[in-house]
Amino acid sequence: MTPLLEINDIVIEGQTGDTWKPVVKNISLNLNHGEVLGLIGESGAGKSTLGLTAMGFTRTGCRIASGSILFDGQELANASKSDLRKFCGSRISYVAQSAAASFNPAHKLVEQFAEGPVQHGLMTRQEAEEKAIDLYRRLDLPDPENIGNRYPHQVSGGQLQRAMVAMAMATEPDIIIYDEPTTALDVTTQIEVLAAIKEVTKQFNTAAIYITHDLAVVAQMANRIMVLRHGDLVEEGEARELLDNPKKEYTRQLISVRNAGKDEESKNKDPDTILKIENISASYKANVNVVENISLKVKPRKTVAVVGESGSGKTTVARIVAGLLPPHQGRIVFDGEELSRDLKSRTPDNLQRIQMIYQMPDVALNPRQRVSKILGRPLQFYLNMTGEKQENRIKELLQMVELPENYMNRYPSELSGGEKQRICIARALAAEPELVICDEVTSALDQLVAEGILKLLQRLQDELGVSYLFITHDLATVKAIADDIIVMYHGRIVEQGVKKEILEPPHHEYTELLLSSVPEMDPDWLDNLLAQRDLN
Amino acid sequence: MDDLKTMLTKRIALGVATLLVISILIFIGVEALPGDLAEAVLGQSATPETVAAFRKELKLDLPPVTRYFSWLQGCVQGDFGNSLANGRAVSELIGWRFANSLFLAGVTAIVAVPVAIILGILAALYRNTWFDRLISISTLSTISFPEFFVAYILIALLSVQLVVFPSISSINEQMSLFEKLHVIFLPCLTLALVVIAHMMRMTRAAIINVLTSPFIEMAELKGLKRSRIIVRHALPNALSPIINVVALNLAYLVVGVVVVEVVFVYPGLGQLLVDSVSKRDIPVVQASGLIFAMTYVTLNLLADVMAMVSNPKLRQPK
Repeated sequence: MTPLLEINDIVIEGQTGDTWKPVVKNISLNLNHGEVLGLIGESGAGKSTLGLTAMGFTRTGCRIASGSILFDGQELANASKSDLRKFCGSRISYVAQSAAASFNPAHKLVEQFAEGPVQHGLMTRQEAEEKAIDLYRRLDLPDPENIGNRYPHQVSGGQLQRAMVAMAMATEPDIIIYDEPTTALDVTTQIEVLAAIKEVTKQFNTAAIYITHDLAVVAQMANRIMVLRHGDLVEEGEARELLDNPKKEYTRQLISVRNAGKDEESKNKDPDTILKIENISASYKANVNVVENISLKVKPRKTVAVVGESGSGKTTVARIVAGLLPPHQGRIVFDGEELSRDLKSRTPDNLQRIQMIYQMPDVALNPRQRVSKILGRPLQFYLNMTGEKQENRIKELLQMVELPENYMNRYPSELSGGEKQRICIARALAAEPELVICDEVTSALDQLVAEGILKLLQRLQDELGVSYLFITHDLATVKAIADDIIVMYHGRIVEQGVKKEILEPPHHEYTELLLSSVPEMDPDWLDNLLAQRDLN
Repeated sequence: MDDLKTMLTKRIALGVATLLVISILIFIGVEALPGDLAEAVLGQSATPETVAAFRKELKLDLPPVTRYFSWLQGCVQGDFGNSLANGRAVSELIGWRFANSLFLAGVTAIVAVPVAIILGILAALYRNTWFDRLISISTLSTISFPEFFVAYILIALLSVQLVVFPSISSINEQMSLFEKLHVIFLPCLTLALVVIAHMMRMTRAAIINVLTSPFIEMAELKGLKRSRIIVRHALPNALSPIINVVALNLAYLVVGVVVVEVVFVYPGLGQLLVDSVSKRDIPVVQASGLIFAMTYVTLNLLADVMAMVSNPKLRQPK
């Protein structure tokens, strides 16, 4: 049988300045009817680029240099735009990483659903709407008859991602490209979407290319897995075979990251607390409390992880401690001294001792300032350090975060995601703080990079004795770094305690749900879990 | 919709506050003008006594604060006072002129706004082609020249060389609409050339800015035509900056046309303002200034409301 999609020896080049460098190097790939192929690798591995190429599409600044893409006997590699249009969105469709960004905010869901089939002349508007309701129902969306009349901002992230899967299935395509469809979701939502995708793909016998950086996720979805790195194919094999016995070192590394953990039982037991918040309640709008009666303690040289799904109020806690959101009730005590609730009335000393690191290093760094300026500013502001002294300190800081000194003169755009986050860490450390609030600092990064950042934070804590208030939705991160854990749900603390206690049963119901939702490497994990949940 | 209501109330209150501040500025500005009507009317040969007597008659001898409040009180009641130069009611004097100004601005806007937006869309659609460059170069050159220069060039071409349109646009109430349109063709064209460039460039930039969004890539991957992507997917998300620049240009059409009105001797508010300043006819100057300010505030308020209505996130909250 000839494969449905056959990519031969494809080379894709990306433009940097005036030169073209290959980003995907001589990769070949076959996809049969009804088969799910997993593409896995860190960012920059060329997996998204390769996925888009299956549609004959390259992003701006990329080009197909050589090779062929045969889809059902048709060559797509040098097809004209109008020829490609016939396939795109009708026989091959695409599910993007962030549904929130990929849905047009100005149109209703069903309009965007119907657009593809109607414009391709496959259905009338009426038929398309019926099809939409059918697919919304199959994908378990609430109120399938009416949800299409909502705008993208009116449904939740998980629902939106499923609506995007529905949109991709509208024309019953032969192939769907899933480009990290669950990366932006938290674990509990991720399961729903994974289950929906798996079910629907099976029902329509659609072939799929599933792109992700999470091996445990791909293990649930794919029949066959290809591991990519720096645009090269590292290893390819049947899903089970590859996970059970990886042949290449890199694949082994990817698998072992998943199982990483922190060396048990931590250093000096210090009884005092550096930060204590008591009975805090806060709201953005009057009368609607986002968080209620939150009390927590952070000990010196310790890491407290605040876990919960999005909307649980964990970032709000970070904002309260930082003074960005004044609570209307409760006390914040820092090092024995009560802090004023809002940022403006805190003393420079208070400000200096609490620093923050953000989720998106891209957004948190001014793109028009060099690293030296970014790091120099807090040095000058808090410590009044200028000239040569400042320069030396910047070099030291860069060394601390394991970056070369000559990065001083670079702009943020010349750094990778992980390097940018290291600069953010260095900036927070420049103020010589005692407490650093880390808001989802690794969730925008790939696993290997994220692991590096976590190790760095751990080392810095050991060396400098800072405390961390660590906000995250990723339990793997928590396992790796936390001393104490606080589990939040709907603005309240549902469980809190030492890591060991929280992670070992018996759990609070919600903690149990969170823990069981973290994908495991076992390819049968999703099916088993869903079966088990159905029983309960 | 509650958000919309609170925003409207807030903006209207702010608008009124702005107008109050402007009324003070106008009053101070007029006070600062050297000389007054008495001196202007009586001429250099007037004795100090006659000037003083004339001032008293016009109530120019009262302290400025008193005069400001009595003027403000009149304005709120719709009475802008009487012209010092000829004794007619200011509202009567201004009414017809203002209607003329609005007519000129309206006709120009009806032509210029759609042309600018369509050109902007086309320029975005054919980005970096010769067509895009041609539009950019020609619109850029029209904004680079001062408007009176454009006006005189147009007069030289279209009314002196080819005698198609009159160089003097004096209209009156007896003219038919068609005659009026014929007469105001040149000032309209001059103004259009100036405002089209702004609006067109903003439309192009706003659309191109949106074109890098992930949902545009999604639309491309759905196999849609490029024209549909621009009009259906990019334009609705670029409306807010476009609406704002359109409003700014409309405001300019009403209040910024003084020079063009003077060149074409068009009986609009701008020309009246210039005349009144040279005659030191203070009530007329003050009233015109206030009307201009009101036009600006109203158009900006409208722009904000429309930008809000064009955004589904604000129109239909969760």
